[in-house]
Amino acid sequence: MNEIVPAHTIGAYVPMVDGPEKVSGRAKYTADFIVPGMLAGRIFRSPYSHAEILDVDVAAAAKLPGVKAIVTGADCDKAFGVLPTARSEHPLARDRVRYRGEPVAAVAAIDDATAKEALRRIKLKVRELPAYHTSHEAMAPDAIDIHDCRPHNIERDVFFELGDVEAAFVAADLVRENTYNCAEVCQNQMEMHAALADYDVVRDRITVHASTQVPYYVHLMLSQILGMDMSRIRVIKPHVGGGFGCRTEALNVELIAALLARKAGGCVRIMVNREETFITHRGRPETDIRLKIGMRQDGRITGVECECIQRGGAHSGYGVVTILYAGSMLYAIYDLHNVKYIGKRVMTNTPPCGAFRGHGTVDVRFAFESLVDQMAHEMGIDPIAVRRANYLKAPSYTDNDLMVNSYGLPECVDWVEKASGWKQRKGKLPNGAGTSKGHIRKGLGFACSHYISGASKPVNWTGEPHATVKLKLDFDGSIVLLTGAADIGQGSSTVLVQSVAEVLGLDLSRIRIVTGDSDVVPKDNGSYSSRVTFMVGNAAIDAAQNLKAVLIAAAARKLEAKPGEIECLGELYRAGAQDKGLTFNEVVTEALKDTGTITVTGTYSTIPESHGGKKYRGAAIGGTMGYSYSAQVVEVSVDEETGVVTVDKVWVAHDCGRALNRLTVEGQVQGSVWMGMGQALSEETAYYGGLLLTANMLDYRVPTIQDSPPIEVGIIESIDPHGPFGAKEAGEGSLAAFLPALTNAIADATGLRFNDLPVTPDRVFAALEKRARSRNGGAR
Amino acid sequence: MARILQLTLNGRARTDAVPDNVLLLDYLREIVGLTGTKTGCDGGECGACTVLVDDLPRLSCLTLAAVIDGRRVDTIESLASDGHLSAVQRGFHEKLGSQCGYCTPGFIMASAGLLRRNPRPTEDEIRDALGSNICRCTGYVKIIEAVKHATELHAAGASP
Repeated sequence: MNEIVPAHTIGAYVPMVDGPEKVSGRAKYTADFIVPGMLAGRIFRSPYSHAEILDVDVAAAAKLPGVKAIVTGADCDKAFGVLPTARSEHPLARDRVRYRGEPVAAVAAIDDATAKEALRRIKLKVRELPAYHTSHEAMAPDAIDIHDCRPHNIERDVFFELGDVEAAFVAADLVRENTYNCAEVCQNQMEMHAALADYDVVRDRITVHASTQVPYYVHLMLSQILGMDMSRIRVIKPHVGGGFGCRTEALNVELIAALLARKAGGCVRIMVNREETFITHRGRPETDIRLKIGMRQDGRITGVECECIQRGGAHSGYGVVTILYAGSMLYAIYDLHNVKYIGKRVMTNTPPCGAFRGHGTVDVRFAFESLVDQMAHEMGIDPIAVRRANYLKAPSYTDNDLMVNSYGLPECVDWVEKASGWKQRKGKLPNGAGTSKGHIRKGLGFACSHYISGASKPVNWTGEPHATVKLKLDFDGSIVLLTGAADIGQGSSTVLVQSVAEVLGLDLSRIRIVTGDSDVVPKDNGSYSSRVTFMVGNAAIDAAQNLKAVLIAAAARKLEAKPGEIECLGELYRAGAQDKGLTFNEVVTEALKDTGTITVTGTYSTIPESHGGKKYRGAAIGGTMGYSYSAQVVEVSVDEETGVVTVDKVWVAHDCGRALNRLTVEGQVQGSVWMGMGQALSEETAYYGGLLLTANMLDYRVPTIQDSPPIEVGIIESIDPHGPFGAKEAGEGSLAAFLPALTNAIADATGLRFNDLPVTPDRVFAALEKRARSRNGGAR
Repeated sequence: MARILQLTLNGRARTDAVPDNVLLLDYLREIVGLTGTKTGCDGGECGACTVLVDDLPRLSCLTLAAVIDGRRVDTIESLASDGHLSAVQRGFHEKLGSQCGYCTPGFIMASAGLLRRNPRPTEDEIRDALGSNICRCTGYVKIIEAVKHATELHAAGASP
């Protein structure tokens, strides 16, 4: 007989527990639920950027045979929005439309063709208002207010100065100031938004399937919008085809589907198309940054002044949080002391922005790491040495009261420096001079970034634990893990199953996970701010430990030993090495004798020390239990004849505390880096008079497999004292560093610095031309 | 107008009356109920709807159902045999070529089409064959590893 040992998977390469469904076509996403007799929903959208609604005439549409329900703003006077203090949005516009594409009316009909024809018969009468499509237009002194409650179109003004920034600049050997512009970008997750709402007239109950990252927030908003008690609502989150932040708040799609279903007294499916998915937006705002840094000759940063303006779009959404993150997260990566931040979140007549991966931190990190690189070169110091001169120490608190307990940045930097051959290769890459490839210039660039492992204070503060997990153990010896955590492809279900299995020493096959149905699973705040592994993972460990205590007590009773003497080997419990012991199934049988089916609960709450401070309004934003860290080296080739930048290779090291699953950590880090590459090189929205011109994947240029480089991942394990098995986040922190590492590499290759993103061939070519003209004394 | 469509779908003969203007994608999903094939865009942008028609990858969102009359169509639901995952399916599962899974059926069908006509593709040939499929999760690194792994499994005898 083989010796029984506890099973371990933490730290291994573990394929996803729901992988077989995904590769066989069995995984069901919201649009895949085809209910006999369901109605097709379609949304009528505003063709105006900004207008007062005079009339929405649906009479002709209502007369069309096959139309079962039409809803307009008159059907719902409740506002929704993710922040309790900033709910500015109606599922269907009421008094005004504020961006092109805002929903005005919606139809449910017997089939899609009828619904489309009904939309053609809806007449919208308006009085057009001045529309503002840029931050500067919206902030002009004579601009009218887009929302009455947001004077001068400012969603939020943020200001703080911690330390003495002017004195810090005086003490510096070099002070430099630049401006940066980052284009608006979209998540463009592969699954387009969809919702299926089924209203039960007899019982006055509704079931809503939604493609969301936050089923609980959807539940809250459905209750508010429908005016229905929460107990009458069931929210189901099936498989979700990515999110990257655009689904971290309830979207109008699911709310409109619910309004239609109730009015029609039936089941309505809305599948918005790709163009509408782009317009629903919630992407990263266009951001203008003015950044000033003071540095000593030894590389120490003496002071930082940062001004950040975000074009937020027509509704509040997460806006306040985004503009606060942009400031607070200047900290917690380097040892900074004199920092001034001025942030403005502006309302404009464009689709509402949201919480895109790396929420609030990415564009400011791009500016910061770019300017540091530029200053290092000007002072003749290695850019890596500058970072080393500014390391934090852990444990410590930053000047804005952020708690840093584990800090693997130095190891990340060391890893990429070595793996990329930085010391030997930087500045010595073979350029094409003198060969047939004379127009190809090669370079290396370096940068760092960081991110939170879950916001320590939830948006909706209820006093409950941050995360709750339940385990059910029954006669069959299988364990069912019940969680509201939303797996959207990041692999949270796999990590939670691994965590429970690890504590109990059991094989993964003993555990089944049930998630995403409010009738069954405990509430969870959702998948945002990289909170799930840390918070729900800790709750899963707690639940498993509670279950283990029950099983040990049962084994002790049966073996007539003390619980402290019981050794748990997963499939075997015994009282001493000589003892034959009890199989897992025998222990389960014993444990069930008292209570029948066993359910245990595990919870997790953040500690108050992690909640950020009170030194300025909004200082809680940025607080987390653990920061992840990332360092990157990017190698590029720049074609000076075409302006095309090719990324040849990326080396990235990510401190995720402890890699619970190396396969999914690598996948998340590679995906983050690559998404940063899209933002840096090709992705941007464009509007004409408020009309989104890039609402498809050809004009919104997502990198293809042909454009995408090898990405070598180094996993750094700093073992966070509070993390589940020491883990921190792995899915967001590596995005931001790519952007500056790329532009720093282009600077290394060509001597040209690009402070505006994306770095398209047009921009590179124009800069090369401009330099050539100035070298030729304007002769061209 | 509608017409009678006769085809071999996932190895089975099938006859349906379908309207002339129905796309192959909507025929598969809404009429037959094979929802493994995904809609990812407004037409020809993303590759999520890729199926095999007579072993060649084809975008079902740009194909009228009517034109596949008499042809052989394979979707993601056809690959597993007797419940066992095919080489490409195993490759994507074991090497994490699939994260959210939404683009996965399209990538797997394009890859299966590649292995059917070229059992030992080079990395460049893999990139060429998957150049019109978009994935938003993986950065493609593990997709390439998945197809390479599938190639090895296929060489060892697994069906593609």
